[in-house]
Amino acid sequence: MNLLAEPIGVSHYLVVGAVLFVCGAVCMATKRNALGVLMGIELVLNGANLNFIAFGSRVLHADGQASIGLDGQLIALFVIVLAAAEAAVALAITLNFYNNHSTVDVDRADELKG
Amino acid sequence: MNWHTIYFLLFSLAACGFALAVVFSSNIVRMAFYLVLSLGATAGLFFLAGADFIGAMQLLIYVGGTLVLLVFGVMLTAQSPFISMKTHSGDWILAAIVGGSLFAVLVQAAFSISQWQAGSSSNDPAIVAAPTTTTVGEGLLGLRVDALSKASTLQQTGVLSGYLLPFEIVSVHLLVVLIGAAYLARAKRRKLVQMAET
Repeated sequence: MNLLAEPIGVSHYLVVGAVLFVCGAVCMATKRNALGVLMGIELVLNGANLNFIAFGSRVLHADGQASIGLDGQLIALFVIVLAAAEAAVALAITLNFYNNHSTVDVDRADELKG
Repeated sequence: MNWHTIYFLLFSLAACGFALAVVFSSNIVRMAFYLVLSLGATAGLFFLAGADFIGAMQLLIYVGGTLVLLVFGVMLTAQSPFISMKTHSGDWILAAIVGGSLFAVLVQAAFSISQWQAGSSSNDPAIVAAPTTTTVGEGLLGLRVDALSKASTLQQTGVLSGYLLPFEIVSVHLLVVLIGAAYLARAKRRKLVQMAET
């Protein structure tokens, strides 16, 4: 498991994607600002995107044959578009919540509790 | 250690470092700035992996669109009690335990399959320099240029592995979502005007 000795492969990209994913998950769990939670979601989607690109890349595979080929890039493109849509809706909901409650603290959003 | 490795280390250190800075910063304005840098470094990683079109789209849509939206949200709600919100230490401990175990599982999975650890063939310039814009665009229109040698599978199974239907679905989805977001975030002035008139 000597990372620096061997040439860059899919595993290196998977480790970077894992770091981004875990950072996003921790960010979603700990931030109290609703926009901070949104930034955590962006980080999670970005880590997933990095994994898709690594699996579909022709450069990173030893024989030049990609395992999933162009599908990885196309799915990553869809993830980017869906992330943009998600950010727009979540920002609209956050601004609405801010207009009604004058706060962006997610701990205060407890009106639906049973 | 060639240039590919050096650039990979540079971009991956920037991406991971700024992602950690996003997590450990409590100032929302600085978090937005660190997120811009982290996503930009990830676009560099996309370029290194040979996905030039996706890297450009990452810079255009993510860094240029989504994060501008987030920065607008930060500016619209940036009042002094919300700029820096402290988290309870119990939440930090719980998130560190969950995140650490998740990270251990993911890294173990990344090294568990030996084919993924196989090194790069980046010394072949034809593979590295091949642009992907045309193939991605035609893949979105339902024509898989990269899978033309597998055309016999199309005749056998009748399955066209293009992405025309998901492309249309995501286009309509984006339109509906943007209209809905504009409807949700509109300024509610009309009701006040009517109440003032009556």
